[in-house]
Amino acid sequence: MLDDFMVRASIAGVGVALIASPLGCFVVWRRMAYFGEATAHAAMLGIALALLVEVPIFAGILVAALLMALTVTQLSGRNLASDTLLGVTAHGGLSLGLVVASFLAGVRIDLMSYLFGDILAVTRMDLFTIFIGFLVVIFLMFWRWSKMLISTLNEELAYSNGINPRREKFFLTIALAVTVAVSIKVVGLLLISALLIIPAAAARTISRTPEEMVIITAVIGVISALSGLQFSYSLNTPPGPSIVCVSLALFLVFRAVSLVRSN
Amino acid sequence: MKLLSTNNISVKYGSNIVLRDVSLSIEEGEIITIVGPNGSGKTSLVKTIIGAVSPFQGSVSLKENLRIGYIPQRINIDQTLPMTVQRFLNLTHKISKNECLSILRTAGVPDLLQNQMSNLSGGQFQKVLLARALQGSPDILILDEASQGLDQAGSAAFYKQIESVRNEKGCAVLMISHELHVVMSASDKVICINGHICCSGEPEAVANMPEYHGLFGTGTEGTLALYRHKHDHNHF
Repeated sequence: MLDDFMVRASIAGVGVALIASPLGCFVVWRRMAYFGEATAHAAMLGIALALLVEVPIFAGILVAALLMALTVTQLSGRNLASDTLLGVTAHGGLSLGLVVASFLAGVRIDLMSYLFGDILAVTRMDLFTIFIGFLVVIFLMFWRWSKMLISTLNEELAYSNGINPRREKFFLTIALAVTVAVSIKVVGLLLISALLIIPAAAARTISRTPEEMVIITAVIGVISALSGLQFSYSLNTPPGPSIVCVSLALFLVFRAVSLVRSN
Repeated sequence: MKLLSTNNISVKYGSNIVLRDVSLSIEEGEIITIVGPNGSGKTSLVKTIIGAVSPFQGSVSLKENLRIGYIPQRINIDQTLPMTVQRFLNLTHKISKNECLSILRTAGVPDLLQNQMSNLSGGQFQKVLLARALQGSPDILILDEASQGLDQAGSAAFYKQIESVRNEKGCAVLMISHELHVVMSASDKVICINGHICCSGEPEAVANMPEYHGLFGTGTEGTLALYRHKHDHNHF
């Protein structure tokens, strides 16, 4: 079964959609859209360095994404607004990554596949990586869920309940870095933000509680992944962007329906 | 029995010292009001007590397993975060629907269970915050200008509600407020701070103390005096 590339692609797409759903919700709730984007961009540096020192690319991305996230969390607030700092690290990381990659003699890297994903080339090893990422993220979410939720709602409220919001932010950052690292193969680093944000934004219109929103986000993400792949297969369009286009279409439908209903 | 105390705590942000040598303690069932002008460190004091800010000197000691019911200034629940009142009340501990209804009734807003938090009016929102703080039978309610954003009538009603809750539950109350005339009448003790503790005592006594007049002007009977800050004495 796993010999069929479409089967592997579908499993990868569904897996990444499930991983991204809780994170996508947090990104929307905490207004971290740019943070997710920056983490993804900085991953380019991770890819280049991983190729340079010959370690698995997944590890390189994870380290780069974590470093970027922690740098921004530590440095923001002094005399730099965090979005400025994110701009610096995101595009700095991306450019530095591209420059380092150009020095890699003998290794021809397929830049397009990192920028826009290469879901049709997903290997068994990639599926295994996605599965591990899935376990890590699901574990973190079940373990920290209500603490992360209260910290997102209001930091003082969290403190008064003996919860340290900075610690929760750290766990969230780890989960986000893992998500970025496993998603690159599927949609590429330029479109990871879309994968995180668009299904969650669509789900918001019909959700009444945070948990409902995560579940609906997951459903929308899975539908987008599967139908995007089919769409790409039959019309010969690039798969990553096709998945995002289906999400976008769903987003527009949900928004339109809620607009009509509220009038 | 002592619920909590701060022992000579000093707090600074960067190099700016906002609190110096503040010692206070709260007994079981006591109502304490902290008053002080803007920038006097009231909120920093509360943040230190709940552990959101660490003092650079001194310490805060809490009774073992102290349950704090904290009611912040009007917080903004982002429209992007869907949250029913029932779910909000279940954030820290799972409680049944009936328990939710019962604490909402105590807080004076029994009909809001299925409403979205972001659609509540200012007064309803603060009462839901009160309901949430009541969950788990707290030993002490801590209110940080919890009536900010309410009109005068709404704020008076809110503090009446706090008073009746407190009479029913017997918990201690620590509150910060600008609205001296509303708050002081119900307090056992008023602490007047401006970077340090200027004066403290029973409400009537404090109202006649020169330090208090120094901070809030002379005509303390009227509401006009509340926000008028005639002069500030040197502290540090």
